[in-house]
Amino acid sequence: MAQALQQLINGLTLGSVYGLIAIGYTMVYGIIGMINFAHGDVYMVSAFIAVTTFTLLAALGVSSVPLALLVVLVVAVLFTSAYGWTVERTAYRPLRNSTRLAPLISAIGMSIFLQNMVQVTQGARVKPVPPMLSDGITLFTSGSYSVRISSAQILIIVLTVVLMAGFTWLITRTAFGRQQRACEQDRLVTAFLGYNVDRIISLTFMIGAALAAVAGVMVTMYYGVVDFYIGFVAGIKAFTAAVLGGVGSLPGAMLGGLIIGLLESFWASYLSPEYKDIGTFVILIMVLMFRPSGLLGRPEVEKV
Amino acid sequence: MTAIVHAHHTPTLSERLKDASAAAFIALILGIPMIGMTTVDQGGFLAVMTRWPQLALFVGLTFAGRILFSLALETIKRRSQGRKSGKSAASAAEAANAALKRGTKPESVIGWLAVGIAVALPIFFSEDRYIIDIATSVLIYIMLGWGLNVVVGLAGLLDLGYVAFYAVGAYTYALLSTQFGWGFWEALPVAGGLAALFGVLLGWPTLRLRGDYLAIVTLGFGEIIRLLLVNWTELSGGPNGITSIPRPSVFGYAFLPPDTEGSIADLLGIEFSPMHRLLFLYYLILLLALLTNLFVTAMRRLPLGRAWEAVREDEIACKAMGINVTTVKLSAFAIGAMLGGFAGVFFAARQGFISPESFTFSESAIILAIVVLGGMGSQLGVVLAALVLVMLPELGRDFAEYRMLLFGFAMIVIMVWRPGGILANRTPTLIHVPTGDKA
Repeated sequence: MAQALQQLINGLTLGSVYGLIAIGYTMVYGIIGMINFAHGDVYMVSAFIAVTTFTLLAALGVSSVPLALLVVLVVAVLFTSAYGWTVERTAYRPLRNSTRLAPLISAIGMSIFLQNMVQVTQGARVKPVPPMLSDGITLFTSGSYSVRISSAQILIIVLTVVLMAGFTWLITRTAFGRQQRACEQDRLVTAFLGYNVDRIISLTFMIGAALAAVAGVMVTMYYGVVDFYIGFVAGIKAFTAAVLGGVGSLPGAMLGGLIIGLLESFWASYLSPEYKDIGTFVILIMVLMFRPSGLLGRPEVEKV
Repeated sequence: MTAIVHAHHTPTLSERLKDASAAAFIALILGIPMIGMTTVDQGGFLAVMTRWPQLALFVGLTFAGRILFSLALETIKRRSQGRKSGKSAASAAEAANAALKRGTKPESVIGWLAVGIAVALPIFFSEDRYIIDIATSVLIYIMLGWGLNVVVGLAGLLDLGYVAFYAVGAYTYALLSTQFGWGFWEALPVAGGLAALFGVLLGWPTLRLRGDYLAIVTLGFGEIIRLLLVNWTELSGGPNGITSIPRPSVFGYAFLPPDTEGSIADLLGIEFSPMHRLLFLYYLILLLALLTNLFVTAMRRLPLGRAWEAVREDEIACKAMGINVTTVKLSAFAIGAMLGGFAGVFFAARQGFISPESFTFSESAIILAIVVLGGMGSQLGVVLAALVLVMLPELGRDFAEYRMLLFGFAMIVIMVWRPGGILANRTPTLIHVPTGDKA
């Protein structure tokens, strides 16, 4: 029981991170109908930006953790959205009216490029970051097993809830949200109505990247290890989350993220830690086979 | 879907400078956290190291590159416009047809020339181990590229886990030979068949999916196979892999030192040289690769092969014509997998040692890059791309570090520039000529 509760806490934390990344996949898919393969790597770039900024702040003598976190979040979000914008502008926009395969391959190229760019410029070795906010509350102790929730975990879950609320408001209540949804329905008509479709798509990529940046900062703070390969696995898991929830559906992405996160921590704890990634992939294949529209998605109708 | 008609307008100098400054500004922003700064490990804790000169260089290069690029683009546009204006659509189609007919000839000449060079190469370099080794590697990638070309280039299915079939082939041979004493030639068809079976098992449920979903599923499948190989120690030896895999033999005779039983040197009465085995391996993979090429070229002329290309071009139209799209895709998937399995068997036999490290996603990405850069559907393009991509890192150690970086970059640039690949061969193998209109 105690172990299950602990895994629930760990799973929710992990799931929040996956959910934040999954939103980037789902939004981009909704608006231009392609899988942004490089999204996982944009998240990885944000983790490296976080490492550099944390180190810089420590060198400048900033000792207050909340202040440092705030600065790192802002810096990472700003720079990472620039990366999101550039990815779309260089690799996807020229191919928007091309065949279905071309932007996909270009996206894979972008993913390989970002990974190796970071490897060349930042080094291939794992970056260790001193643990932050590892203090926490012991919820209860049963026998020798005590259930703990650390401040970092609380922060991740709370921040995710806040961001989700803000994001839902952005999409459902603001002018930009309306334009974004209009674009999802029909880009051509949106353009006729006088909206700048290119700008809306660019902003969508930037928002996706910004949310991934928050996830990147959180992971850097929570796990304390970052390397150039983290984007690949996290990207696939977040994509699985997006598919599980229903590609194109924002609450679906969050729900999918939580399910994948919970599944991963329970699988690692009760079945086998070595095969936890296989669990995710098997789920991905099963969902795509039996319910391609996901839990909360609309079924897609192929038009001639 | 948004169609925007651009009026032709030559940018003025100030517009160009503005545009280049914007590009340089973005380069600066992107560069600050990646090029401008890095963290170095100083005995357990990190310290920030700055590299402002490199950043300045990068920004400067972006500025200059952007101006040169816009100038080059302008020249190309003007030229192609001049060419277009004198032609009607019909004559353009005729010209394309004529180009196709002419185009087949030099390609086949180059192809035969390449075969000739490949056959003759060991005669000139029979003592140079290094060159034979690289040539063998190139041929393995060519074979893999041709195999994947069936799936990606002809059938238009993006397979990101192709390396899984390569791994299935390699591990099948490794296990059959080390555990059950099977020879290379006995194991080859079994391994190919098993890889094809894996292809069918993966493809059967997933090929109904849309293209990009398929890509992700194959990616996941490739990772599942790799994780199984790493963790299922009893079967695969785990991360340590399988060692002392027997080399291929010739009718039961092996390349062994003289006075050993079954030594081919004794049989032929020639002096023993370790180079003989390498040369034999080279010719073996050359033979396998050429057979692959013959097979694929023959397939393209059959109804099935034409159906691959038709499905790639328009799936819905194919369904309407009564083509069973799933079967067509499945056959392409299985044949691609089988060819990958054959290449895997050869790889295991050549190395004598395999481990999961040889079958990572980046290997899949390299094979995909070969197919994409060479031109999807083009057999010759695969050869050229494999040559370039395998030889590039041999130019120097420093270069090897940038190899994957360049791959990624080239994949983006080529997709943007020519979405079909450099030697794109999207034109169908057969063309219907309407009666009464002799083209």
